[in-house]
Amino acid sequence: MTRYEIRIGGFGGQGIVTMAVVLGETLSLIEGRECVQTQSYGPEARGGASKSEIVIDDDEVDYPKVQEPDVFVAMSRAAYLEYIHGLKENGILIIDEDLVEIESALPKGVKVYEIPATRIADMEVGNKQTTNVVMLGALAVITKIVSTEGLKKRVEERWPRFKEANLKALELGIKAGEQALAQQG
Amino acid sequence: MPERVMFTMGDIACAEGALSAGCRYFGGYPITPATEIAEWMARRMPEVGGAYVQYEDEIASITSVIGASWTGAKAMTATSGPGVSLMLEAIGLAVMTETPLVIVNIMRGGPSTGQPTRGQQGDVMQAKWGSHGDYQIIALTPASVQEMFDQTVRAFNLAERFRTPVFILADETVGHMRERLVIPDEHDLKIEYRKLPKVPPEEYLPFKADDDLVPPMALLGSEYQFYATGLTHDERGYPSDKENVQIELITRLNNKILHNADKIIELEEFMLDDADIAVVSYGTPSRSAKRAIKDARNEGIKVGMLRLKTVWPFPEKAIADLASRVKHIIVPEQNMGQIYHLVKEHALTTPVHLMAKPAGMPQYPQEIVQKIHEVSS
Repeated sequence: MTRYEIRIGGFGGQGIVTMAVVLGETLSLIEGRECVQTQSYGPEARGGASKSEIVIDDDEVDYPKVQEPDVFVAMSRAAYLEYIHGLKENGILIIDEDLVEIESALPKGVKVYEIPATRIADMEVGNKQTTNVVMLGALAVITKIVSTEGLKKRVEERWPRFKEANLKALELGIKAGEQALAQQG
Repeated sequence: MPERVMFTMGDIACAEGALSAGCRYFGGYPITPATEIAEWMARRMPEVGGAYVQYEDEIASITSVIGASWTGAKAMTATSGPGVSLMLEAIGLAVMTETPLVIVNIMRGGPSTGQPTRGQQGDVMQAKWGSHGDYQIIALTPASVQEMFDQTVRAFNLAERFRTPVFILADETVGHMRERLVIPDEHDLKIEYRKLPKVPPEEYLPFKADDDLVPPMALLGSEYQFYATGLTHDERGYPSDKENVQIELITRLNNKILHNADKIIELEEFMLDDADIAVVSYGTPSRSAKRAIKDARNEGIKVGMLRLKTVWPFPEKAIADLASRVKHIIVPEQNMGQIYHLVKEHALTTPVHLMAKPAGMPQYPQEIVQKIHEVSS
């Protein structure tokens, strides 16, 4: 595999940066892959625009930022509007369907996957703070860029006190991802 | 401690590097994008028996670091450009009193408050010329998380060896990006300590240098008595307004760095062997350049890079040598052009092309490819 780029966008407080960090930790520490995680955010603690990126490569990653993402995860309307144009042709777009609508022409061949991550976290896990982990589970099955076993292992290691909620969120995200994949056909 | 592997950010790698190098005192004041260094030190220092103190500002922070170093502790502070601006007077004192210490500057957008959460390379000249008077400084420029660790270890070694303040100059991207970090087994690290006096206390001359131009350093509170001052001083440390004392001291302070430049400077050559065009770069833009060089090589253009891991003392011999081997030099910097002027000075007749970008994102690889096309046609 050559260079593979993932961009995650949303608002501060959604766990956008953490989501990319957990992905990076799993890829790097568990799967032994070469990757870099970066982020950009404004001076606000919550509510401002937040963006986080992961670049994966066979060899050491040179340029650490995303150029044209293979995958774009949009978790807010503002992030969708700002970054949708950079998405690669035939790329993957994953949206939180309750927060983001497709309201512009997409680059050619883009596949859209709708995941109600916030709703699942809120109603089914019972903890909105796990939205990012739900999305991570969906991302793993849709892109196959990281193993779900690896993610489970990392989530257990990382949050021993909140293991149960996060593992549940991950499972539900995986299920939602499988459903979205089936719908795409 | 045995080898450890982490997926972590440059700032934390820097803090771990300092701890591995034996740093046991951190005095600082938090500032984006260097705050994570302070946070990590606040957590880790008590675990290793060191001290972390948060001060009321950067002036108190740096002066406390000077004091800590005089007691024998390896000491550091970490800040960003606005903090360095406040520290400059005391950095001069550290140079004049030959105090080993490390200052980390995670560079953000400036001048003034600028863009705290965005990177830049605007403080390269500040590190060299910021304090008044004629002096040399050492500044290392890491470009990855692993290098943040490795170069911080090295910064302490150089500070101890040459009794001088050493800068880590990293941009925000390097400070905040996360990559795999391998912290070597402590027995595999080369750690240096300052020279202590070998003569009996009554014969000790605190500023009498050995042949390497560095005086042995007694510890405050030991049986050795000494006086350290920002005033020009003789070998005994006594203030002097004599012309020869000023000339001798300032010449030695400069030469202890300049005469050892070959031992201090580290460079990376990337695809330079047959290159007609060379990129000279440091920090995050060097990673854009690496991508651009691979892309341009795929088109058959002979281009390579000289990456500066040390910017002060400036690697002038390496630039002159490079200029004699290539037809063009391109210098992408995340500023209006700082190192560019030095490259130009030492490249003599070889054309040097600046790519200035005073903003948070480094040059896009495609922009550097375009520049390579431009100069190769």
